Amino acid sequence: MSEFDASRRRVLKTGAIAGAGVALPTIFTASSAAAFTNEPTGGTVTLGFNVPQTGPYADEGADELRAYELAVEHLNGGGDGGMMNTFSSKALQGNGILGKKVEYVTGDTQTKSDAARASAKSMIEKDGAVMITGGSSSGVAIAVQGLCQEAGVIFMAGLTHSNDTTGKDKKANGFRHFFNGYMSGAALAPVLKNLYGSDRTAYHLTADYTWGWTQEESIAAATEALGWNTVNKVRTPLAATDFSSYIAPVLNSGADVLVLNHYGGNMVNSLTNAVQFGLRDKVVNGKNFEIVVPLYSRLMAKGAGANVKGIHGSTNWHWTLQDEGSKAFVKSFGTKYGFPPSQAAHTTYCQTLLYADAVERAGTFNPCGVVEALEGFEFDGLGNGKTLYRAEDHQCFKDVLVVRGKENPTSEFDLLEVVEVTPRAQVEYAPDHPMFAGGNLGACNPGA
Amino acid sequence: MFGLDKKDTSMLIIVACLTLFAPFILNPFPTDSAMAQFNAGYPDLMQRFVIFGIFAIGFNILFGLTGYLSFGHAAFLGAGSYSAVWMFKLVGMNVIPAILLSVIVAGLFALLIGFVSLRRSGIYFSILTLAFAQMSFNLAYSVLTPITNGETGLQLTLDDPRILGVSATADGSIPVTSLFGLEMRSTFEMAIGPWAFQFNVGYYLCALILLAAFYLSIRIFRSPFGMMLRAVKSNQQRMNYTGLNTRPYTLAAFVISGMYAGLAGGLMASMDPLAGAERMQWTASGEVVLMTILGGAGTLIGPVLGAGFIKYFENIFSKINDNVLHSWFSFMPDGMEDALVFIVHPFIGKGWHLTLGILFMLVVIFLPGGLVEGGQRIKGWLSRRKAKDSNTSGETNPAE
Repeated sequence: MSEFDASRRRVLKTGAIAGAGVALPTIFTASSAAAFTNEPTGGTVTLGFNVPQTGPYADEGADELRAYELAVEHLNGGGDGGMMNTFSSKALQGNGILGKKVEYVTGDTQTKSDAARASAKSMIEKDGAVMITGGSSSGVAIAVQGLCQEAGVIFMAGLTHSNDTTGKDKKANGFRHFFNGYMSGAALAPVLKNLYGSDRTAYHLTADYTWGWTQEESIAAATEALGWNTVNKVRTPLAATDFSSYIAPVLNSGADVLVLNHYGGNMVNSLTNAVQFGLRDKVVNGKNFEIVVPLYSRLMAKGAGANVKGIHGSTNWHWTLQDEGSKAFVKSFGTKYGFPPSQAAHTTYCQTLLYADAVERAGTFNPCGVVEALEGFEFDGLGNGKTLYRAEDHQCFKDVLVVRGKENPTSEFDLLEVVEVTPRAQVEYAPDHPMFAGGNLGACNPGA
Repeated sequence: MFGLDKKDTSMLIIVACLTLFAPFILNPFPTDSAMAQFNAGYPDLMQRFVIFGIFAIGFNILFGLTGYLSFGHAAFLGAGSYSAVWMFKLVGMNVIPAILLSVIVAGLFALLIGFVSLRRSGIYFSILTLAFAQMSFNLAYSVLTPITNGETGLQLTLDDPRILGVSATADGSIPVTSLFGLEMRSTFEMAIGPWAFQFNVGYYLCALILLAAFYLSIRIFRSPFGMMLRAVKSNQQRMNYTGLNTRPYTLAAFVISGMYAGLAGGLMASMDPLAGAERMQWTASGEVVLMTILGGAGTLIGPVLGAGFIKYFENIFSKINDNVLHSWFSFMPDGMEDALVFIVHPFIGKGWHLTLGILFMLVVIFLPGGLVEGGQRIKGWLSRRKAKDSNTSGETNPAE
């Protein structure tokens, strides 16, 4: 009898413990407890920095990561505050975001959509990131933007220049500070006309993915409007490292301008090949052969060395700009790392600040609140003059720089010079412009 | 049980326990501890474990049994993914039709490639499959852009027809993949003390399919058909001389293994409705070869272990950055901390390939039978020690 009691008690006890184990420690599904995905509950908030650490855009990725680290330092009140001091919105206090200390996790996109999504997913599911930012390729940016929309977190696009990111693939939870292919075309065309005239024959070499396609379309449209003729558009694989087989046919095509719709390591290699083939010394149709690189960056100029001298392109930002915001950013970046930031670093730094500021102004990390705070937001002091985050497509509108490879660089960083600052009005377009049509923002998704 | 002998049954039960309790097993460290970095129990990675497990099991049916080393299996995975995403775009968000179509498409594709490639054996077969896979990759990457959306990857959009579902949900977003209304992404979170365990619907669907796939592979291994495939591996020429035509057997093995790959691809797309061309690249094909060899080719459980091992490195080690390292070694004096971070740095973050490569070399050199052989050696060593222990205790030591 007593034995039975003991065992019954044991059974009851076990049952009670098991019950307590299951019931006590707040069992919850994500939907019932949190108002939105990864709501930060402790004293910290986690941001996910998803950049290419390997692959053709690894240089840009490394610089983006430096800028993110700097932005986090500034948000948490460290360093000299950088552009937080020149930013027109004064919501950020230097005490983290909404009083929560900013922490971050990093991941490698490998410049592949699949790997980028896996990395972003692990940030959202494992590390509890409430915002994902980064990407140095439009293919990756679009893939991760789609994921963030589904998961219910904010995506602040990094270096993505394809029209589609805020065109046919735009998403309510995604925002882009960087400019795009259309803006490059609109800014470059008048300069090219002044330099090379309106009777030219262009040959395009294009990185074969969304960014290359839309930039090729934009540049071709802008230059054809000048009266240029496009003889051929050749697509090259993103993973290609040797472009000699693509350069050789250019010589016999009758073209007198080569447009390289390449970025990062692609552009460094294709430009080097083009120069090795003597394209720049050629005279075709009685005119000097010219090369145009619509999307330019200092890192690329550095990689291509002397080959970039006198070659024109457009860029989102350059460190030699003399406004207060740019000077403050260059100073704090330079103090920390010993060299000036690239445009990739600038745009990712701005995106982090813009996100933090939007959260402060919205008073919540809820993606829908952040979307509302960013839509139609006008600001200044982040290095590009007066800028607008357009509500219709979540694209920033600001001045675009036309730059040229410097003939006599004074230092290893002084490789580009600004030829013209194209005002914002000249690069604006309607949200339903044919190059951007076909997409739908949808509704903001808070997840959960 | 299920027509298996005792040993196989116990293996199936072990695999079942491992997969069903994976959310616990893979999250051994409390969420707030420094070791939480090494937790792998979050839905995305667990799904990857089992999906690549299925892929490797299928590959092992071909490579482990017949010895035919295919270097193009990723093509079937990719074909499966694309067909699944197209089903989501055209038919609806239920995963069943998507998975079925992906298996069928991959099977047909394997029949085509197998019919051509299996005319040769050895290295020529490997090169043929590699060539076909690279061809499919390049087709998907550029030529077939209207079907595959090139490098950007095939994605769902708001204006897809989805005839059996809705194009967009009421709140204007893309519907999510589901099994008759059960959303693949829905996760049940259980917090016990400092631990948090995540139970994900998609993961359990994958896990059940893995068990079915594993069971099927055991049956194939033990069947007369499996025996025939083994005979092909040991001496195909002799089989031919006895008047047996081996090609139907090898082709069947190739198609089955291609269908496994398609199943894995379909599941991948069901968990995350996107298909990228890089899934077909030769590196992806090489990865499954590594998984199988690392785990133990020709063994039943080896490929699953190998898949888990590689995916763990890819997802966990690649996310350790210098910051994390500094926090680990922060208890040391400054100079030493920096020195240690400097030494470890090349092996983490983007250097995870290096770490994996070293481990792969060590396994191949010291454990040619893969991780399974390692397990067997430990088991053998333990039982020998036990035997020795009982021996010594049983002995009476003569007094001096």
